[in-house]
Amino acid sequence: MAVSGAVLVFFLVAHMAGNLKIFAGAESFNGYAAWLREVGYPLLPHRGLLTLLEAGLVVAIAAHMYSAIVLARRAAHARPVKYAAKVRSRADGYATRTMRWGGVIIFFFVIYHLLDMTFGVANPEGHAATPFDRMVAGFEPARWYITVFYVISVVMVGLHLRHGLWSALQTLGLARRHPVLKAGATGLSALLTIGFLVVPLAITFGVVR
Amino acid sequence: MNYREGEPIKDTKAPEGPIEDRWEKRKFSARLVNPANKRKINVIVVGTGLAGGSAAATLGELGYKVKSFCYQDSPRRAHSIAAQGGINAAKNYRGDGDSIYRLFYDTVKGGDFRARESNVYRLAQVSVNIIDQAVAQGVPFAREYGGLLDTRSFGGAQVSRTFYARGQTGQQLLLGAYSALERQIAAGTVEMHTRHEMLELIVSDGRARGVVVRDMVTGEVETHLADAVVLATGGYGNVFFLSTNAKGCNTTAIWRAHQKGAMFANPCYTQIHPTCIPVSGEYQSKLTLMSESLRNDGRVWVPLHKGDQRPAGEIPEDERDYYLERIYPAFGNLVPRDIASRAAKNVCDEGRGVGPGGLGVYLDFADAIARLGREAVEKKYGNLFEMYERITGEDPYTQPMRIYPAVHYTMGGLWVDYDLQSSIPGLFVIGEANFSDHGANRLGASALMQGLADGYFVLPTTIGDYLADAHRFDAIDDQQVAEAEIAVKNRIEKLLSVNGTRTADSFHRELGKLMWDYCGMERTEEGLRKALERIPELRAEFWRDVKVSGVNEELNQALERAGRVADFFDLAELMCLDALHRTESCGGHFRAESQDADGEALRDDEHFAYVAAWESTPDGPVLHKEDLQYEYVKMTQRSYK
Amino acid sequence: MNLTLKVWRQSGPDDDGRLVRYEIEDVSPDMSFLEMLDVLNERLILAGDDPVAFDHDCREGICGMCSMMIDGVAHGPQKNTTTCQLHMRHYKDGDTIVIEPWRARPFPVVKDLVVDRSAFDRIIQAGGFISVPAGSAPDAHATPVPKLDADAAFDAATCIGCGACVAACPNGSASLFTAAKITHLGLLPQGQPERGSRARAMVEQMDEEGFGGCTNTGECTAVCPKGIPLDTIARMNADYLRASRKSG
Ligand SMILES: Cc1cc2nc3c(=O)[nH]c(=O)nc-3n(C[C@H](O)[C@H](O)[C@H](O)COP(=O)(O)OP(=O)(O)OC[C@H]3O[C@@H](n4cnc5c(N)ncnc54)[C@H](O)[C@@H]3O)c2cc1C
Ligand code: HEM
Ligand code: SF4
Ligand code: FES
Repeated sequence: MAVSGAVLVFFLVAHMAGNLKIFAGAESFNGYAAWLREVGYPLLPHRGLLTLLEAGLVVAIAAHMYSAIVLARRAAHARPVKYAAKVRSRADGYATRTMRWGGVIIFFFVIYHLLDMTFGVANPEGHAATPFDRMVAGFEPARWYITVFYVISVVMVGLHLRHGLWSALQTLGLARRHPVLKAGATGLSALLTIGFLVVPLAITFGVVR
Repeated sequence: MNYREGEPIKDTKAPEGPIEDRWEKRKFSARLVNPANKRKINVIVVGTGLAGGSAAATLGELGYKVKSFCYQDSPRRAHSIAAQGGINAAKNYRGDGDSIYRLFYDTVKGGDFRARESNVYRLAQVSVNIIDQAVAQGVPFAREYGGLLDTRSFGGAQVSRTFYARGQTGQQLLLGAYSALERQIAAGTVEMHTRHEMLELIVSDGRARGVVVRDMVTGEVETHLADAVVLATGGYGNVFFLSTNAKGCNTTAIWRAHQKGAMFANPCYTQIHPTCIPVSGEYQSKLTLMSESLRNDGRVWVPLHKGDQRPAGEIPEDERDYYLERIYPAFGNLVPRDIASRAAKNVCDEGRGVGPGGLGVYLDFADAIARLGREAVEKKYGNLFEMYERITGEDPYTQPMRIYPAVHYTMGGLWVDYDLQSSIPGLFVIGEANFSDHGANRLGASALMQGLADGYFVLPTTIGDYLADAHRFDAIDDQQVAEAEIAVKNRIEKLLSVNGTRTADSFHRELGKLMWDYCGMERTEEGLRKALERIPELRAEFWRDVKVSGVNEELNQALERAGRVADFFDLAELMCLDALHRTESCGGHFRAESQDADGEALRDDEHFAYVAAWESTPDGPVLHKEDLQYEYVKMTQRSYK
Repeated sequence: MNLTLKVWRQSGPDDDGRLVRYEIEDVSPDMSFLEMLDVLNERLILAGDDPVAFDHDCREGICGMCSMMIDGVAHGPQKNTTTCQLHMRHYKDGDTIVIEPWRARPFPVVKDLVVDRSAFDRIIQAGGFISVPAGSAPDAHATPVPKLDADAAFDAATCIGCGACVAACPNGSASLFTAAKITHLGLLPQGQPERGSRARAMVEQMDEEGFGGCTNTGECTAVCPKGIPLDTIARMNADYLRASRKSG
């Protein structure tokens, strides 16, 4: 869980950084997307590294989901009889309690998101357009509801990360001074959330067009 | 109840010679069992407190086949877990003049010259090893910044010899013994039986050879046989119903053994702890101890005038009576437990008590807070204050605590010799269950010491001497086994069939009240006679009118309780008889008839310097006296003025 | 005050069990929660009914025997408090209180509110000790222990083995209990020789007992009457991972 999660976190950081290039203009962003596809060429085939990364991500996501399912099943097995009274949470943390369902929601978001941005199927510009155009079209003001959907999803991801990051440190036995680390995890998740949010918001509000 | 005097006890098996050498001598003279034979020898240990837990673990480690029993769901929950204050040991890590001899001296004197010198000296010697053992096991005693162990002075001792683990010394020591025990269970040398209550002792050919227990989950009555039986079942303070003991503490195991021939020594010696949270109502189920350390900074007082109903804060200084400081100017609030307890009782009897029913005195921290600041007080006593607030709902920072004495510890118990063997060969008794090394009064932090001394160091040596003969023991008499089992079943059957109108608890409450009134802090001939008259009546009522619901073949807590209460009746009677016959005052036993002009306890060494060991016979109790000789510590009257 | 109780009644391990409703009158605010149940039980016994079975012993919050899920919270509403130390002043007239046993497969119900927690003993048997035969110990001052380590070890050592952590954990994990012991012994110099093997053996035993996996939800610490911190779980994981790496 922690290991696959960590891979995903590294991806997110890189991904956010890439997204932010949109503020540097269409060239830069498209260049970045192209670079992603060409890097390592001719050592690696066209899209070589990207495919590798994608494969890695798929594996990480699959592993992540697999671990989540194993944990949930172990939990169900460990408590065959449920409490009659509604169990009241005593720990602080909406984030913690929404890990499981949050994860599922994020999964569906990712699928939509891939259809939207990577394959262009759900994107008005379609598959042929440049990444920049797809992105701008995807979040154009008229499609505000898409933006809202992204915002909600990204916030979900932020919450998922807030607990996930710290939890991974715990699981790997690295968390010792937990208030400090907890703050660190919250900070990084906030950073990622904001980093991801500014792009669609900027497009929807016409800052980037 | 009448009794007869029997043969005095001549030999306690303590070696002769200089006191420092006696234990060495005994260790050397005790025969050893060869390791191959040990594997064939079975030992039953009932109880998993400090005494039983450490004994079972050590015997298992030595290679015996051990069976261990407790009534809780895990051996870790034995009542030793509740001890707060600390454990004494003559380490002299402070260099403040402590020594084995001084601990010995303090214990004999503190016990008001009613303990055996040889035993006490051994206890002081062994105390040193206990700390080493516990530390090696990982018991997290308090430490100083240099990394060395911290100690404090406790219960009025003039040296700092009490090792402690915050307010949870008993818990940490017990977890140490428990982990050693679990290690042996994993190793297969100890077989653990939790939720099993011992209900009978099996004696065959004059030797203790097994126990009958009830599986408290299924109700099954089981027999377990062995070459020797060790009882470590703790104290019987619950005879008073309300005490600081855990709810399950009982006398059943030792009382059954007494009925089977083991002598019961000094049953009337009871320790009453002065600083407990007072009773709040009818439904009260137990009393909670507030650590004695509170008296280091708290001041004890009551209103000067009878019937003063004003809240504490509105009573002006000159209308308060700081009675301990007034009566005992030298020791003030730090007088020993029995004295502080009796003084509290006296002021309440005068009608000056505070709180519900007028049964309480104030323990006031206002001065300490003014002197040291709230923060310092919080640091020292924060957890105790919190506990007090949790229970009473009152804030001791702004309003004085209310405290009252409560039954805490029983110095009496089954009589044992120097080897900790009872008057039944093969029955060994350790910890609070034996009549112990504390005489008529136990010093603070000495019970944990004794339990662990017995279990880790003394018993494992002395029992070997007995077991060296195990291969020569006769085969166990099936008849005896069957009879014991039938006796248990009949008793259970009887309890379930009365089908009366009162619960066991309601009888227990009534018995407890009777004992508290007549055999509590202050005892008089008149009161004791009254109790001796009333107890048999109440017992008869119990057997006529008790109501126990359910059946035997299930987890039946009503049945468990009823069985324990039934034994308490018999014990209560013997306690009153013992208290009545001992017309002197000593330690925890205060006879109103025997006091000096200032109302202090007056010992009668000429007539009572003996251990009263009671034998149970079909024609009533027989008293055997064991004379106490003091070669090293001169007998003196205690004085704390 | 008058209260309505809904208490889990189950005559034995094979019974299905159900919540049974009891009305209870004249409850004093100074009563402890268990004293309130004592009153109910006295009434049930006199009526010839089976009293509610519940575990308890010391009634001062230290033995770890009492164990009730009160309105969906292990040990009830007051923080850092065992069931036996909870007092009725936290309730008001007319309240309904639902009382259930700890629920976890490794803690099967024995009767009513009583469960079998011997799984905890077996976790300790797997390695929750320092091997030292009686009489073989060196002088207690032979190895000084820095006060901070000793204090931290103490914090972990205060676990009373009540099982509230398991009861509250959405995963039914016993990590806090196991970690508390691993941390206590692992922080002390005496505990070093067996540190790795202890962590491995205890964690494996915990899994074998059928407890769930830890996802660091923090529900355990929140109900733990001794406030055992979550850090202990990180320590346990670190010791476990290190030991697993070493021995492959
Ligand atoms: C609140 C409190 C605070 C204390 N503080 C201190 C202190 O600070 N320092 C100090 O030195 N002493 C203190 N004491 C005294 C000390 O704790 C006890 O005297 C001591 O722990 C007794 O240990 P034990 O092993 O003899 O018995 P216990 O610890 O009482 O163990 C008895 C064992 O016997 C078992 N048992 C009992 N009856 C049966 C039966 N019929 N069948 C099967 N098993 C049975 C129980 O399950 C248990 O395992 C305190 C006592 C109390 C009550
Ligand atoms: C609002 C914030 C986000 C924006 C604007 C965004 C935008 C994009 C874009 C433009 C691509 C396509 C890149 C390319 O084709 O080169 C992409 C791919 C992807 N995004 Fe996002 N993304 C966001 C948030 C997220 C989040 C939160 C996740 C995961 C939890 C995520 C997971 C993915 C994945 C898995 C891919 C496919 C990567 C690949 O294989 O090409 N994205 N995203
Ligand atoms: S960790 Fe806390 S909740 Fe869990 S068993 Fe120990 S004391 Fe109870
Ligand atoms: S009864 Fe001992 S902790 Fe509650």
